[in-house]
Amino acid sequence: MTYLIEEKNDYLVVYLEGEVDLSCSPEARRVILDCLQKQRHLLVDLSGVSYIDSSGVASLVEGYQVSRSKNLNFALVGVSDNALNVLKLARLDQVFPIYTSIETLLQGGS
Amino acid sequence: MVVESESTKDELVIDVQDLVTYYGTRKILDQVNLQVLAGEIMVIMGGSGSGKSTLLRHMLALNKPAAGAIRLFGKDPNKLSAPQLHAIRQRMGVSFQNGALFNSLNVEENVAFPLREHTRLDENTIRIMARMKLEVVNLAGFEKLMPSQLSGGMVKRAALARAIVMDPSLLFFDEPSAGLDPVVSADLDELILRLRDAMKVTIVVVTHELDSAFRIADRILVLDKGKVLILGTVDEVKSSDNKRVQNLLNRKSEDVIVNPDEYLQRLTDDLAGL
Repeated sequence: MTYLIEEKNDYLVVYLEGEVDLSCSPEARRVILDCLQKQRHLLVDLSGVSYIDSSGVASLVEGYQVSRSKNLNFALVGVSDNALNVLKLARLDQVFPIYTSIETLLQGGS
Repeated sequence: MVVESESTKDELVIDVQDLVTYYGTRKILDQVNLQVLAGEIMVIMGGSGSGKSTLLRHMLALNKPAAGAIRLFGKDPNKLSAPQLHAIRQRMGVSFQNGALFNSLNVEENVAFPLREHTRLDENTIRIMARMKLEVVNLAGFEKLMPSQLSGGMVKRAALARAIVMDPSLLFFDEPSAGLDPVVSADLDELILRLRDAMKVTIVVVTHELDSAFRIADRILVLDKGKVLILGTVDEVKSSDNKRVQNLLNRKSEDVIVNPDEYLQRLTDDLAGL
């Protein structure tokens, strides 16, 4: 897994790429929590993620809960069908704000 | 040397070749062949003593074959080092017939146990993962209950949550429906199908419940006295004209031929006045 962080408007955008599994989800978790520690709204872009396991999803869950406790925005974008299936299995598609792209979110779409 | 292509290795998850095994001098499995493909639900059926549990133990790399071979993910488990075997086992999840939950741990601790044993994940991540899996098996809200407080169906679902907590690519179920009422059993079957579709997991189910087998199986292997009686799709098994297969489907036991004289003697042996 690799990652990249960019600023877009009020948001920090974390682009995750590759496989987010047991071996690297701790790094994904650290990156997400570090961004939130800076009191910044956060977008996690999963469009470059080929596989995400439960530990990766758990890192997103924790990040989302931390953002809520800090009154910060948090959303997922670029969620592939495979990743969406993993989220749906645990009904997390009903929990996360999910947008098709960063542009739709910033333009106020869905 | 034969070099397998990556795609071939990916397709064939379990490869059992001419497997023969004994308990003492008694032959338990006799020239069993079985190939399980990625993403497939393979159901193994057979009566008591047919060898299905022994076959399961081989697929879990718990037993060594007397003859023949077994390969898991393209590798012979009996030729692997302990760390290599450990790595293969981490890709496998098992849901045992009686649940095999730890009685001294609550439901969440039971589900989290493999993560605490085999990973160095943060405690928050571990707890979220365990609770996600409990949501998947519809046990959300029961995290703090002890196993003794659970119904039979809940024990099965908790065991299933633990079996999938490491996101296995190969999942084994030993008698998922045994002892459950038909509605709970059908719910569990639905769950097995959902897991396969969402996680792309390969699933091997050992059962003697016909309704369940027909609902979930892509293919069914029927064992009889250690031999493969039939291996085919649900339709192929249903339409088989093999008498023993039909007996199994119609739940008929084999006719027992008695010796009338001996039988009468056995019934009346030692009775007063005879």
